[in-house]
Amino acid sequence: MAEAFVHEVHHHQAPAGFVRKYIFSLDHKVIGKQYYFLALFSVFTGMILSWLIRIHLVWPNAHIWGLSLLSPNGAPNGLIKPEYYLSLLTLHGTLMVFFVLTTAPQSGFGNFFLPIQIGAEDMAFPRLNMLSFWVTFAALAVLVSTFFIADGPPIAGWTSYPPLSAVGSVSGPGEGLGQTLWIISIALFCVGSLLGALNFIATTLELRTRGMSLMRMPLTCWSWFITAILGLLSFAVLLGACALLLLDRVGGSSFFVPGGLVISDKIIQHNGGSPLLWQHLFWFFGHPEVYIAILPGMGVTSHILSCFARKPIFGYKVMAYSLMAIGFLSFTVWGHHMFVSGMSPYTGFTFSIFTMAIGVPSAIKTFNWLGTIWGGRIRYTTAMLFALGFVSVFVTGGLSGLFLAQPPLDMYLHATYFVIGHFHLVMGVAAIFGMFAGTYFWFPKMFGRMMNETLGKLHFWATFIGVYCIFMPMHFLGIAGNPRRYSAFTDNFLLPLMPLHEFMTIAALLTGAAQLIFLFNLFWSMFKGEKASQNPWEATSLEWSVPSPPPFDNFDGNYPVVYHDPYEYGVADAAKDYVMQDSPEVIAASGH
Amino acid sequence: MGLALALVIAAFTGISVYIFWAHTWWFPPDISVHGPAMDRQFNLTLVICGIIFVLAQLGLAWFAWKYRDRGDHRKVIYSHGNNKLEATWTTAAAILFIGLNLMGYKSWADTHFTGAAPNALTIQVQGQQFYWYFRYPGPDGKFGPTHVDLVDDAAGNFYGLDRVHDLDAKDDIVTATLGIPVNRPIQLILRSKDVTHSFSVRELRIKQDTVPGMEIPIHFTATEEALKHNGGRYEIACSQLCGMGHYRMRGFVQVMTEADFEKWLQAQAASQ
Amino acid sequence: MATLTHPSPAATPAIHRGGGGRLGGNGFPPGGDGSDFSRRELPSRVYYVGMWVAIAGICMLFAAFTSALVVRQGISNDWARTGVPHILYLNTLILLASSITLELARHSLTVERSQLFKGWLYVTVLLGFSFVAGQLLAWRELAVSGVYLSTNPASSFFYLLTAAHGLHLLGGVAALCYLTFQTRRLARKLKNRVAVDVTALYWHFMDGLWLYILFLLVRSIA
Repeated sequence: MAEAFVHEVHHHQAPAGFVRKYIFSLDHKVIGKQYYFLALFSVFTGMILSWLIRIHLVWPNAHIWGLSLLSPNGAPNGLIKPEYYLSLLTLHGTLMVFFVLTTAPQSGFGNFFLPIQIGAEDMAFPRLNMLSFWVTFAALAVLVSTFFIADGPPIAGWTSYPPLSAVGSVSGPGEGLGQTLWIISIALFCVGSLLGALNFIATTLELRTRGMSLMRMPLTCWSWFITAILGLLSFAVLLGACALLLLDRVGGSSFFVPGGLVISDKIIQHNGGSPLLWQHLFWFFGHPEVYIAILPGMGVTSHILSCFARKPIFGYKVMAYSLMAIGFLSFTVWGHHMFVSGMSPYTGFTFSIFTMAIGVPSAIKTFNWLGTIWGGRIRYTTAMLFALGFVSVFVTGGLSGLFLAQPPLDMYLHATYFVIGHFHLVMGVAAIFGMFAGTYFWFPKMFGRMMNETLGKLHFWATFIGVYCIFMPMHFLGIAGNPRRYSAFTDNFLLPLMPLHEFMTIAALLTGAAQLIFLFNLFWSMFKGEKASQNPWEATSLEWSVPSPPPFDNFDGNYPVVYHDPYEYGVADAAKDYVMQDSPEVIAASGH
Repeated sequence: MGLALALVIAAFTGISVYIFWAHTWWFPPDISVHGPAMDRQFNLTLVICGIIFVLAQLGLAWFAWKYRDRGDHRKVIYSHGNNKLEATWTTAAAILFIGLNLMGYKSWADTHFTGAAPNALTIQVQGQQFYWYFRYPGPDGKFGPTHVDLVDDAAGNFYGLDRVHDLDAKDDIVTATLGIPVNRPIQLILRSKDVTHSFSVRELRIKQDTVPGMEIPIHFTATEEALKHNGGRYEIACSQLCGMGHYRMRGFVQVMTEADFEKWLQAQAASQ
Repeated sequence: MATLTHPSPAATPAIHRGGGGRLGGNGFPPGGDGSDFSRRELPSRVYYVGMWVAIAGICMLFAAFTSALVVRQGISNDWARTGVPHILYLNTLILLASSITLELARHSLTVERSQLFKGWLYVTVLLGFSFVAGQLLAWRELAVSGVYLSTNPASSFFYLLTAAHGLHLLGGVAALCYLTFQTRRLARKLKNRVAVDVTALYWHFMDGLWLYILFLLVRSIA
């Protein structure tokens, strides 16, 4: 509200003091970096959890050093108990989906670059922006705290289905305080996301500079805008669901828990609720959520492919419309997570038609990405490698979705490793590739220095080969019927699959180790990297029209005027082959 | 770089396609009547997706190599797109994807839009942490009522039956193995005692969550093929996270000839 | 093939009209090189957009609650129509009245009548608090007759919906209180009144939302 008032100061000064500059900052660029580093912490924590998961599956008798210090109950002598295994996978999923994939691509890069790319000085509501971050930070703190409580983190998975998650510790260890804290963490996260979504939408609609029409925005802005709308509509529903689940746990209500339940010979005092109600509410959020995770990556990929192929994006309008189509359709498909849940099979079939439909705009985007590099002149920077890698893994991951979208096939493949392979390829790889591409591309602008290209390329190759080695085998495991969320494989039909699991574990550990190259490159370059020029990639969008890093108010008081579409590369000229958006030059043939 | 990327992508494509084609890791045998139709739909999907996979990945690989910057200042093909092409591939994708889905319609309809045959043998399945128990109605063909307060796992009263006062419950047969006769329609009524589980038998090609508060019917018929593998014994693997024992929540289906089944059921009845 | 030309001084580049407001939308004053740029002024429209977006989000939250109610009422036989405490109707009148007084406040927002503005604002705040107090009395009435959150699903929704609405309304009350401290600033510059307008939008939405909730409760619990 206070933003409505004209500030009484005469000069728009940069804030002074360490706290105002770096901790409680109103500057969208600082807040973007804060989100980025929050995501970085979360992804490395989540990755370590995935190592523990993979190690436990193939070497269950390995004593993992240090784990008994963290969790003497869950992992005595460093041996992971079955319930602790479930805690690890619950926290892995929660951290990755929420605190990595919903933060960095949108609130990390989006916060930093949306205002600059549309020619604004900051987001519409900087105070709200700062609040969003700190609420998200609080959510993370609450989540991480579950590691340190006596009963440990919850064991119900990131999807937290009741009754398992609703009846308290009688259903299992970690289902007491741990589950309650999880719900509180997610509820806080919802609030942070909603506030952020509000900011993004208002900023995109109202703060574009002169000449920056919606159809001249870089596709990154489109992706952030549509993602924000998705977030606004879906996180509100998750917040509601969390409130209901919390009330079932501590308020004695029965939204999700039916009557007549007996757990460990104890009669559960609930009546009349529906476990399916949670699933509907959760997945109504959950499906748009995965598109929230991938849309920014698609925007970044379009942005980078065009730049380094030195060609306009193929079919800009179609790309924008397909983002909108994916966003809209994402609200119509949630039931495909519930084909075998007990939901009406007729409803299930309807959901499956919509699910196949949402494959169409995704396919369109893939064709257009190929069309973008066709006939281009590809510059092989690390960012470009990750953008091309994105296309490859997105195709692979997307295609396995076509199997899962069909109810008769999903009946077999549901809750097997086939699903894990599918969603890791699209979320755990493609979306992450989008983040890597964004990092290598925007690092010079964010930190004023260049990252090391050799290390970057090494990182790319190790990761690209590694992720295919980790996740491709999961499809074969799924076909063989390997169920997910099993802490040990003692079944007759699973033991023969162990060699494949061992292969995956080793690939995971090696690929994980390769991420240290990235981490080293990131931090070393921040301090010792070669100083970056204003536009090292010869790119056209407005972030490259300001210094690296940008001044406090982005444009130093000189507001840009936009004359061109965002991807004018390959424009023939002796001097250079691109036209920046704010350049007054006229492009003759196309007249943009 | 372009060549390296192209080769790596091509290599992955080739290796993956080979493993799918060679059935190195594949489905277990089909032992149900409805199974082969589902497998056919899977194979159709695999072929179509496989073709798309190969074309897209090799297309990407080819472009990544062919259109690399060779330092020769060659002009790019400056194009903002091609609406006709967009319309074409959009329509093609829509027809292909939705058509593929519709081809699987019958398979889903046969198992889910129609009920079990009238002469089906009805068996109740109960999932609980971390075991499966099955109930046969006995000679009277009726399931007795269950009482929550009579549930006593230690004493083996998993369903909470009152065999003293409930007439219908007297002849109910509760077993730890799902014995079924071959070639006979079976209807399972799935229920759960505590949290959500999922009844899944790979070879039967069935999976259905068991939801507390719901009684969900599914039906199938085991074929002769079922007697040819593993002595007719197939694993039920819980497929919905249900707590710390989820990984060991295992049961078994035992498919038998009609005669063997009757003998087995009588033996079970005797030991109630 | 696209080629570049450098514009002659007379050439004017094609500009698409974009952004909002007279300021060019991005917070910078129009014209010039901005060397006298001294303060950030956003076009008022952005605050309206923000508030409408917030309203959309809150609508989704209550849509989730509504669908939960409809499903829960339909699936089992333990729904008991515990009845809607009559004080709820009085509270509704109070809330409607507060919307009227808020409008009276808004219309008296000029320098000469700033005291009147403040006065009506205080009345609105008072009515807001009265509403919340009335809701708490309704809860009291239910509790006295043994109806709590856990008693049955109908009562669960009663408490849930009234609590969720009440919390959001208290946020609005806080905003109104803040405005009473800012009367001088608000009255002085026309541009600043957007704060009042946007708060009023929120308040009237809370009003409408309450009417919807009341309808829902009467329909399913009365």
